[in-house]
Amino acid sequence: MSLKQKQPRRYIFTGKLDAFFTDVYAFGQFISRFFGSLFLPPYEFKEIVRQSYSIGVKSLPLITLTGFITGIVFTKQSRPSLSDFGATSWLPSLVTIAIVRALAPLVTGLITAGKVGSNIGAELGSMKVTEQIDAMEVSATNPFKFLVVTRVLATTFMVPLLMLYMALLAMLGAFVNVHSNEQTSFVSFIENGFHSISFLDIYSSFIKSILFGFTIGIVGCYQGYNTTQGTQGVGRAANTSVVMAMFLIFIEEIIVVQIINWFRMP
Amino acid sequence: MEKKNKHIDRTKKVISIHDLYKSFGTNHVLRGIDLDLYQGENVVVLGRSGTGKSVLIKIIAGLLKPDKGVVNVLGNDVAKISYRELEQLRLRIGFSFQSSALYDSMTVRENLEFPLLRNSKQLSQGQLTQAVETALEAVGLSQTIDQWPAELSGGQRKRIGIARTLIMQPAIMLYDEPTAGLDPITSMEINDLINEVQERFNTSSIIITHDLTCAKATGDRLAVLLDGRFVREGTFEEVFASDDERLKSFYDYNFIT
Repeated sequence: MSLKQKQPRRYIFTGKLDAFFTDVYAFGQFISRFFGSLFLPPYEFKEIVRQSYSIGVKSLPLITLTGFITGIVFTKQSRPSLSDFGATSWLPSLVTIAIVRALAPLVTGLITAGKVGSNIGAELGSMKVTEQIDAMEVSATNPFKFLVVTRVLATTFMVPLLMLYMALLAMLGAFVNVHSNEQTSFVSFIENGFHSISFLDIYSSFIKSILFGFTIGIVGCYQGYNTTQGTQGVGRAANTSVVMAMFLIFIEEIIVVQIINWFRMP
Repeated sequence: MEKKNKHIDRTKKVISIHDLYKSFGTNHVLRGIDLDLYQGENVVVLGRSGTGKSVLIKIIAGLLKPDKGVVNVLGNDVAKISYRELEQLRLRIGFSFQSSALYDSMTVRENLEFPLLRNSKQLSQGQLTQAVETALEAVGLSQTIDQWPAELSGGQRKRIGIARTLIMQPAIMLYDEPTAGLDPITSMEINDLINEVQERFNTSSIIITHDLTCAKATGDRLAVLLDGRFVREGTFEEVFASDDERLKSFYDYNFIT
């Protein structure tokens, strides 16, 4: 082996751009490793259930509060515009469309990215820098399957359920507001609301939520699993997990909405 | 604790390393390492920080891939075997990490049960508890069984880390800086524990350290790593009888009890 000092490295673009593309490539490899490991035993069902509980059930208080308030606030903000045209009877339809098509998946995704994504990034990052991942590996446990695959599956399963729960809470908040102002009955609110949405709206929200859940899990795990530089790196992993997941969620939102609109066209 | 006469079987190599190279970018850490570890022997790899001592045992455990050379562990070339074969091999290797590497989210009991649950699925709850209690008793920390890692002292964490490896009854123990960050009394207790593990479980060990007290107390043989190569091997006295200035200064800056 040659021990000669290597020539200074030449970049293809610039140092930062090269690093960016290298990171994108490494992230792609991480995703392909996830799908490569997904169907291989052991399946870690217990850990998937434990993570689902941790991610899903422990997020309920925040989702409950945010969902209910989102419903009330959106309804209150929409009323003046509709009342100018004497169309406050359209409020249930407007609110239902907004919640089902956009607000529930997006707000659930963003909240989960903040709460769960940062938690995954920090937890795995801390395990990495304190050699706990190496310890798992030398005790003949595949840490990628045990730590990464389980968490990504848990977020992918739980975010759609949290989205559904948030949509119901937001509808409840909207109903409370509509009922207290327009004395609309619950049955009338539900009839008007659901009359204006289709199954395509519900499917698209579930597809978005599944994508958001996968993104939150895989980004958090990628950042945590590749943490370097000690405790400073742990903080950076937690932070980057949130920022990157939120950015990707918005990109996915745009893409899915565009695709769904093609289906919606007559 | 005084070291007792042990039965080192010089005919049986458990680890055999030949012409090992490892670099990280332009940093050439290991530059042609040769090392044999015999059945029942404790070999101390001594060297300053950053000389690649930890890299060496991480290669032995299959956590890092060598750039060149042969690392034969219990008859397996770790660079060439499949991941599944490596997992089977790792069951026979105990690795005590510098940071102890206890799982923060698990109690001491769960930390010790973890490798058993993952690899010996047929064990009953009674057998699990028995194995955990035996391992904890071996390191003298039975009372910590339901404590969390955050509630333990540095020395206790090291001991629990060793207990977690002992529970799988390994043939080889790899200790990464076992006394780093510990006070002299606790360090002495860890040194005694390393010798006790060797005698009680008949393990062969590689101990990575820059602590000469630890090296003297635990090593049957020392190998001094400098600039990516072993510059001297032998007993403690043989190694430091050298005229090599680098070894002399290493000795002078350490406190020998």
